[in-house]
Amino acid sequence: MLVSRHLTKSFGRLRALDDVGVSMERGQSVLLIGPNGSGKTTFIKCVLGLVIPDKGELTLDGTCLLDNPTLRRNIGYMPQIGRFPDHLKVGQIIEMMREIRRGTHIRSDEDLIDAFEIGKLAHKTARTLSGGMRQKLSACLAFLFDPEILILDEPTAGLDPLAAEILKEKVRAERAKNKLILLTSHILSDLDEITSDVLYLIDGRIRFYRPIAELFEEHGDPKLGRVIAKIMRETADA
Amino acid sequence: MLKIVKYVIRDIIRSRIIIAYALILLAASFGLFNLGGDVSKGLIGMLSLVLLVVPLVCLIFGTIHFYNSYEFIELLASQPLKRGTILMGEYLGVALALCGALLLGAGLPVLLYAATATGFTLLAVGLALTLIFVAIAFLGAVATRDKARGVGMAMLVWFYFALLHGGLMLLILFAFEDYPLEKPTMAMIALNPIDLGRVVVLLQMDVSALMGYTGALMKDLLGTTTGIASAAGILTLWLLIPLALACWIFRKKDL
Ligand SMILES: Nc1ncnc2c1ncn2[C@@H]1O[C@H](COP(=O)(O)OP(=O)(O)OP(=O)(O)O)[C@@H](O)[C@H]1O
Ligand SMILES: [Mg+2]
Repeated sequence: MLVSRHLTKSFGRLRALDDVGVSMERGQSVLLIGPNGSGKTTFIKCVLGLVIPDKGELTLDGTCLLDNPTLRRNIGYMPQIGRFPDHLKVGQIIEMMREIRRGTHIRSDEDLIDAFEIGKLAHKTARTLSGGMRQKLSACLAFLFDPEILILDEPTAGLDPLAAEILKEKVRAERAKNKLILLTSHILSDLDEITSDVLYLIDGRIRFYRPIAELFEEHGDPKLGRVIAKIMRETADA
Repeated sequence: MLKIVKYVIRDIIRSRIIIAYALILLAASFGLFNLGGDVSKGLIGMLSLVLLVVPLVCLIFGTIHFYNSYEFIELLASQPLKRGTILMGEYLGVALALCGALLLGAGLPVLLYAATATGFTLLAVGLALTLIFVAIAFLGAVATRDKARGVGMAMLVWFYFALLHGGLMLLILFAFEDYPLEKPTMAMIALNPIDLGRVVVLLQMDVSALMGYTGALMKDLLGTTTGIASAAGILTLWLLIPLALACWIFRKKDL
C-alpha cells in the first residue's frame, strides 16, 4: 500500500536518502533501523510530507502522497519529540486535534487515552508535562483517529516499563487489524516481538529489507540485537 | 484555519507576556495623556510610542513564537492540512492576539482622551503595523532555521526601520540638497512602513509645524486624502508581500 521509488533527498552536500525504494503492505510491522544519521527520520518525514524529497515518488495505494495532503488522514504519527503549545491544557490539545480532524475519520480510538489515564492530566498545561507524559500524549494522538498507517518514531523512548508495555500491546492489536506499522528504535531488543520486517538503512541507502523470521533463521539466533551486531561486523570485515 | 487561530490565541493569552504588553502600553498611554495636559501633545507622544514599540514587540514576539511552536507546527503539518492553512492559522493567531493587546493598551486611552479622527487614525496605523511586522517576523523565522540567528535578524530589522532608515534618509537629503529630491524622498518613505505610518497620522493631524519635511512634502505633492490613501495602499503591499513570501517558502520547507 505504501510504496517509495527512487526516493532521494540531500541536505546541502549530504545525501540523507539515496535511491530508496521499498514497498510496504497492510499487516506488516516494519522496524526501521540504522546508525545515527542514516536517514530513518528523514524517510519518515518524507512519508508525512514534512520533508520534501528531491527526487523519487511516494504513493499510498497508487496515489501520490506529496500532492495530496488529505491522504494524511490515513496516517497517525508519533514524533520522536512531542512538544505542544506551552499554555494549552492537555484536554484542549486533544480537543483541538479532534476539531482539526473532524469529518476525516469514521471511528475514534480512545483506548490509549484510557490506558494511560490521560483524563487525569486533562487540566495540566503542556509546559508542565514530564517527558514521558508528553510521549504518552503523542501516542494517544497518533492512535486517536484509528488510522490505517501508524508511524512511530522511537515510541518507547522515555516511557516507563508499564507504559511501554501498554503501547506495544496496542501496536500488536492494531497490526492484527491489518494495519501498516512503521517504527524506529535504537533499542532493538525492545521492539523485535512486534516487528515483522526489518528495514536497515546506512548512509541513506537500503542495506537490507527482510522479514525478521528469515533473519533469525539465517543466523540461527532469535535475538535481533545480536543478529544486527553480527551483520554489522560482517559488513565491517568485508 | 480558524480552528488553529482559536487555539493559538488561547495559548498566547495564557502566556502573560501579551498581558504585560497590554498593561505597559496602557500605563504609558495614560501617562502621556495626563502629563502633557493637552490632548494633541498626548497624541504626538502616543505616536512615537506606537511607532517605536509596536514594531519591536511584534517582531520579537512573532519570531520567538514561531520558533517555540516549531514541533507543534511539525505535528500540524503531519495532519491532513495544507501548509498554507497552518502558516496562516499561526500568523492570524499571533497577529490578532497582538492587535487585541494594542486595542486594550492604546485603544482604551484613545477612546477616553482623544476619541477624534486623529486618535482613531493612530490606532489604525498601530493595527496595520502589528499585522505588517508579525508578517515580517514570520518571513524571517520561516526563512531561518536557527533561532538565535532569527531573533537577531528580527532585532536588526527593527533597528533598521525604526532608527537607521530615517538617519540614512536625512544623510541622502543633505548630500544631494542641490537636486530635486521629492520623488526619491517619497520612494524612501514608501520603503519603510514605520515612516508611512507616521506620515498617515501626521497628515491626518494637520499640524504642519510638527509634520517636518517628509510630511509637508507628502501633503504638497498629494494632498491629505490622496496622501493617506496611497500610504495605506503601500502599507497593504507591506503586509501582503512578506506574507506571500513566507507562505511560498513554508510550502517547500523541510520541517
Ligand atoms: N533539516 C535538515 N537540515 C540539514 N541536515 C539534515 C536535516 N535533517 C536531517 N539532516 C541530516 O540528514 C542525515 C540523516 O538524518 P536523520 O535524522 O534522517 O537520521 P536518523 O537515521 O533518524 O538518525 P538518528 O538515529 O540519530 O535519529 C543526518 O546526517 C542529518 O544531519
Ligand atoms: Mg531520527
